[in-house]
Amino acid sequence: MTTRMVPITKPKLGVFKFASCDGCQLSLLDCEDELLAVASAVNIANFPEASRAVEEGPYDLSLVEGSVTTLHDAERIKEVREQSVFLISIGACATAGGIQALRNWKNVDDFVRMVYPTPEFISTLDRSTPISYHVEVDFELRGCPISKGQLLEVVAAFLQGRRPNIPTYSVCVECKRRGTPCVMVSDGTPCLGPVTQAGCGAICPAYNRGCYGCFGPMESPNTAALSRWWRDELGVAAPDLVAAYRGFNAYAEAFKSAGDECEPGDSHD
Amino acid sequence: MTEKTIKVDYLARVEGEGAMYVKMEEGKVVDLHFKIFEPPRFFEAFLRGRSFRDAPDITSRICGICPVAYQTSAVNAIEDAFGMVVPDSIRELRKLIYCGEWIESHALHVYMLHAPDFLGYESAIHMARDHPAIVERGLRLKKIGNDLLALIGGREIHPINPRTGGFFRAPTRSELEALVEDLQWAREAAVATTAWVAGFEFAPFEQDYEFVALSHPDEYAIVDGRIISNRGLDIAAQEWGDVFEERHVEWSNALHTVIKERGAFMTGPNARYSLGFEKLYPVAQQAARKAGLAETCSNPFKSIIVRSVEMVHACEEALQIIDRYAPPDRPFVPATPRPSVGHGVSEAPRGICYHRYEFDDDGLILDCQIVPPTSQNQLRIEEDLWSYVPQYADLPDDELQWQLEQAIRNYDPCISCATHFLKLTVERS
Repeated sequence: MTTRMVPITKPKLGVFKFASCDGCQLSLLDCEDELLAVASAVNIANFPEASRAVEEGPYDLSLVEGSVTTLHDAERIKEVREQSVFLISIGACATAGGIQALRNWKNVDDFVRMVYPTPEFISTLDRSTPISYHVEVDFELRGCPISKGQLLEVVAAFLQGRRPNIPTYSVCVECKRRGTPCVMVSDGTPCLGPVTQAGCGAICPAYNRGCYGCFGPMESPNTAALSRWWRDELGVAAPDLVAAYRGFNAYAEAFKSAGDECEPGDSHD
Repeated sequence: MTEKTIKVDYLARVEGEGAMYVKMEEGKVVDLHFKIFEPPRFFEAFLRGRSFRDAPDITSRICGICPVAYQTSAVNAIEDAFGMVVPDSIRELRKLIYCGEWIESHALHVYMLHAPDFLGYESAIHMARDHPAIVERGLRLKKIGNDLLALIGGREIHPINPRTGGFFRAPTRSELEALVEDLQWAREAAVATTAWVAGFEFAPFEQDYEFVALSHPDEYAIVDGRIISNRGLDIAAQEWGDVFEERHVEWSNALHTVIKERGAFMTGPNARYSLGFEKLYPVAQQAARKAGLAETCSNPFKSIIVRSVEMVHACEEALQIIDRYAPPDRPFVPATPRPSVGHGVSEAPRGICYHRYEFDDDGLILDCQIVPPTSQNQLRIEEDLWSYVPQYADLPDDELQWQLEQAIRNYDPCISCATHFLKLTVERS
């Protein structure tokens, strides 16, 4: 992010939704203590979930939630990009295709037939893809859902014209900091923490369960070593290992290839 | 003859993407569709082949506003399939986290999505400029709901703690006691909210609804119950498919749920309240009476009062659960998969959420069906609009549009759930 002048008028914020659960944009409304302060620092110009007042673009900062799953949305994201000075994709759907990217390993026509009695009414793409597959993205904020604190940091960084301070190390660091004993070492519980980016605060191990990868791959994930450990030391069967990687960040490159490697013969594009 | 077309790109302040199409001739409605074109995400398809263990985590991602509803209905269905019985202490914790979701979701809708309509503001942020103390009260209420949810669930959106058979970790007494003071404040704030919204001006619009809600012999049903209605329906979750069916209409990516014999029905706050008034805690009943609400509420606009009353109830319920709380001996009952079919229901803030799963002997999902509340209310929303539009046909387009948006927001539609984009088109000729 380049250094910018402090704006004289309040910067215009847009919030845009693609295929998603609304949870990441809800995170902004869940900043109960900060919401009114945010609203005084930026002009919330386009946020349909919160306001029926919509100002036309361009927007200084756009937050984009959700993945691209329809032809219409593949066009719409280009318009959003054209209207945005900075575009930040928020959440696992926008940064990795989301849980709905599980279709990417299947025939989507079969999926349509399973869910809808009249398949010809449904228009959908055969892949669910992250925003960065379609347009240039200035920053990707991970998580399913994103962390409120990280969202505020990203918005503050934008206002201050600096790079957001979002760590890319693993969940293990957060467990150590929190003082949580390692669930893999102490209980033999399978955990994706070593290959997953921090940001959630290492919640799952603190609640006696293994990390299930909400924040996607950390910057240099050694998935081969983790897969081997799960298989050889923890006795996890191959299909369960594949399912673990194919969660909310299934189509993030490192998890995609790790899952495919555990399931030879089922690799895809 | 006048010819007129109104197009509006969004219905704002709903969770998701939907559209509205109204065609009028000579002041009469000739065609009307409530469209949902949120892109389909195919949860019921990609759940096939996944373990029962994944169902609560994955289905919570259907909705960021009511994840606990999905998790609860999922675990109810799985436990039904495997013949598991959870002890009361675990059921109590399920009610408690669900109270957190009711408080945060209702506070969000009452203060941030619905109240601005009544007071003529575009949003709660606009409203805050004139009524900062009120908006701050709403935000604090919402935060307390979220705090409760996050304490038990690990986080407020997509909680990680609920699992088949119970929880990964049960909170300690002292952790819960730390919330008591806030919840006491919240209960009073919810009473004040009820009085505040009761002072709004309401359209004199009542319909002859079939109310459908869960029923429990001793409780205002939240986490489970039989499915009842004011027209004689009284069934277990297992009988869902005998009574309800889903229909696919061309203009919507969400299936319409109807009662096979009768058609549209209403689920959600007004239905729960009208079928379960006597089960509300006295403090909630009293708030309702003071607000001038009868024991049945057939005016969908007054759902904002009912949601406020339900917040009072949820705060009281949470306080009573915490007061008698003793952590369960084990936080969960182990699951023993078997080839089976199970059904589960619970009361999401916006209505009944139904799940059905079929499993193989390893507990892998062979087939499933998920019916979110907004699918159930979809047809009822359209029927409300058919009745409502003619009364306001003479309003200028922008005012008519706002009226219609409000009539839709009465249902707190969660279009992400039902699949999402509200675009309003009015054609007049």
